[in-house]
Amino acid sequence: MKEIVGNPIFSIALTFLVYFIAQKIYSKYNFMLFNPILVSIVTIIIILKVTGIDFHTYNKGGRFISFFLGPAVIALGVPLYMRFKEIKKEGGLSVIISVIIGSIVGILSAALTAKLLGASKEVVASIAPKSVTTPIAMGITEKIGGIPSLTAAIVVATGILGAVIGPAFLKLIGVKSKVAFGLAMGSASHGIGTARAFQEGELEGAVSSLAIGLNGIATAIITPIIFYLIYKL
Amino acid sequence: MIKGFTIIFVLLFIGDAISNLLNIPIPGNVIGMVLMTIVLKYKIIKLKDVKPVSDVLVKNLAFFFIPPGVGVIVYFNLIKSEFVPIVAAWVFSTLLVFAFVGKIQDRLSKRA
Repeated sequence: MKEIVGNPIFSIALTFLVYFIAQKIYSKYNFMLFNPILVSIVTIIIILKVTGIDFHTYNKGGRFISFFLGPAVIALGVPLYMRFKEIKKEGGLSVIISVIIGSIVGILSAALTAKLLGASKEVVASIAPKSVTTPIAMGITEKIGGIPSLTAAIVVATGILGAVIGPAFLKLIGVKSKVAFGLAMGSASHGIGTARAFQEGELEGAVSSLAIGLNGIATAIITPIIFYLIYKL
Repeated sequence: MIKGFTIIFVLLFIGDAISNLLNIPIPGNVIGMVLMTIVLKYKIIKLKDVKPVSDVLVKNLAFFFIPPGVGVIVYFNLIKSEFVPIVAAWVFSTLLVFAFVGKIQDRLSKRA
């Protein structure tokens, strides 16, 4: 049994199969809690728990899938190019201001909430950069003494939360512009939010891609400063 | 398709190299994304050469996050022991980012 599930192909096939079914369910019911990423992760966790397969064994194949995050982020440059003029016309330099404010608000609120409610310093460091894309967030966490793989899990959880509740929440608080919608999706919930933003339209997705980059850069610079201020002052 | 993947992986490699050489905390893929926009804008590569591949990758972006998401399983006990601060920070902070970025940009976009 161990040799069979230890074959990387096992977890690759499992992940594709589970996601395939999750997508079918989502397209049939279109209910936001049936978000295919959320359903897939929960299903795979249950399968691993029931069968007693550990994450290390699963990730022998899983890492071949997450490898494609690299090229996929590069590919986001394409819709960004295609919609560049529109973004410039509607948003201009103001998008940079919005994203920087969002970055500071995100880091401060995550770190302070966790710290005030009694989280350990390691966990605070792991949760502070939660809104940016996985490789940036893991790099920041490492720098400030958190646990990079815990950050990866929190980053994915943040992405899912944003994809599931973001569109409804933005509507609720009265955000109307497509640029603002995309920028908020990418700033709060990186690639997973961006995938959701593309479902609304290519402009929303392109702006969201831009937000991943801008917020990644802002957060990489700002997090160590905020972390230092919170713990040294 | 081979052309598209070649462009993407060469840009990813250049992005990684820049990130390493300059020793900056911005990962190679984000630098590569900016490079992709630039090479398309200055017509160094043609849109039609890269679009078939980039469309597939962008459309399935969320799928690639499944394995790191399953990785939460390793930290179940840690998360259980600090459940309230982690969940509160996660939800509260995410909503705040949506509110701030969404509302501020909504104002600025209208004025522009």
